Amino acid sequence: MATSGNLIQVKDLVKTFDSRIHALDHVSLTINQGDVVVIVGPSGSGKSTFLRSLNLLEEPTSGEVIFEGVNIAGKGVNIDAHRQKMGMVFQHFNLFPHLTILQNMTLAPMKVKKMPQKEAEEKALALLERVGLRDRAGAYPIQLSGGQKQRVAIVRALCMEPEVMLFDEPTSALDPEMVGEVLEVMRSLAREGMTMVVVTHEMGFAREVATRVIFMDTGKVVEEAPPEEFFQNPKSDRLKDFLAKVL
Amino acid sequence: MELHFEKMLQYAPYFEKGVIYTIVLSACSVAIGFALALMVALIRLSKPGRSTLSKAVNKALHLITGLYIEVVRGTPMLVQVMIVNYVVFNPALIPKPKFTLFGIITGDLFVPALVAISLNSGAYVAEIVRGGIQGVDYGQTEACRSLGMSKFQNMWYIVLPQGIKNILPAIANEFVTIIKESSVCSVIGVQELMKNAQMVQGASFMPAEPLLIAAGLYLCMTIPTSKIIAYFERRMRRGDQR
Ligand SMILES: Nc1ncnc2c1ncn2[C@@H]1O[C@H](COP(=O)(O)OP(=O)(O)OP(=O)(O)O)[C@@H](O)[C@H]1O
Ligand SMILES: [Mg+2]
Repeated sequence: MATSGNLIQVKDLVKTFDSRIHALDHVSLTINQGDVVVIVGPSGSGKSTFLRSLNLLEEPTSGEVIFEGVNIAGKGVNIDAHRQKMGMVFQHFNLFPHLTILQNMTLAPMKVKKMPQKEAEEKALALLERVGLRDRAGAYPIQLSGGQKQRVAIVRALCMEPEVMLFDEPTSALDPEMVGEVLEVMRSLAREGMTMVVVTHEMGFAREVATRVIFMDTGKVVEEAPPEEFFQNPKSDRLKDFLAKVL
Repeated sequence: MELHFEKMLQYAPYFEKGVIYTIVLSACSVAIGFALALMVALIRLSKPGRSTLSKAVNKALHLITGLYIEVVRGTPMLVQVMIVNYVVFNPALIPKPKFTLFGIITGDLFVPALVAISLNSGAYVAEIVRGGIQGVDYGQTEACRSLGMSKFQNMWYIVLPQGIKNILPAIANEFVTIIKESSVCSVIGVQELMKNAQMVQGASFMPAEPLLIAAGLYLCMTIPTSKIIAYFERRMRRGDQR
């Protein structure tokens, strides 16, 4: 796949809950390799539903999610094979409490990719080193602070060597003093060229790191622009209202 | 009425054998019942696939397991034990197995009793296991699946270890219940503690003492087990707060 090629193409995605809540209303979007797409919007606008549709944690009602040329929302697709290339980071970390930090990180590489334990552990330790948590490898999630947990969650996903990382409000459950350390890890990932889709309320992060910012409202993509334009020259009234509230 | 427990001393081997039989029968039943419960719980939590065949199979399995639980819960254990012993294990259908364990346990009675209690326990524990699995935060499944692990891997490595840990106290309590309930097997002649107490009654012509001793021995089995469970429950809870 070419470095500038499109990695994910979302076509006409619709998600309806209980046949009346229109969480996603015909959303189309292209995510290119190396993009850092930040999605913002009011509560209930469909940001999480969109992000979770990308790796099919949410099964779309209709539409296509084309990842590396395959419509993974289609019938008869082995979704596990595609999901392992899409890392996901959750608001509430979702570390496995019964496993140590190291085991949290090596489980999927060993079981899914059949990586030998030694190799998986070396890789995990190198990643932990990167986020300053190598000495906590043997600890259990409960022994870590929120910021540490989220850094582990990020490197756990990285252990699978994903093509793209999806973040759903990764700093929203953190105490304010821990937000910075997580954003710093995300920033360094972006610098290395990782393709990222990030749902966040951190406008500073969007301004500084995003290649594109997307505004969603009532299940639709209302506006999409590079950060300078997005924040300085919002076109729609809805985005102007939104920015007035959050900035 | 005067009690003469000293006259019971000569019957000590009967009580000893009874206790061993009861413990072996109960432990095996809880283990087999748990395996059965796990299967039933997984079936009852399974969602149908997209194909018509998968939907039909799923529906049939749900129906069978639902019926199983209703029947077991809705009939007395005494009746269940007798049906398994006289109806299921009859020479025309399934002949009674012939083997001897520790010189006191004979297959022809042990196996029907084991089957009956395991089936009974399985139905109750299935609902406990189901609750345990459902009690695991769905975020765990989402995180696991997002890493590319399969449904089965998610169940085996992530959900079950957490779900079962949560219900271990309930499983251990089931062991206590079965120690007591297994006494109904005396009606088909299984030589567990209750049956042996009745035999001592007959041999000694003393009605009260053997029963009181049996009651005491049941307490000796159940109280320590309950205390041990409570201890581990407390320790586990402390572990979670670490
Ligand atoms: N599992 C579900 N069942 C029913 N409705 C749902 C479900 N998940 C989401 N919704 C609804 O879909 C809409 C979009 O929800 P979504 O979680 O995607 O919004 P969001 O933009 O992520 O909001 P927030 O900022 O609060 O996280 C909302 O109206 C929500 O109530
Ligand atoms: Mg959300």
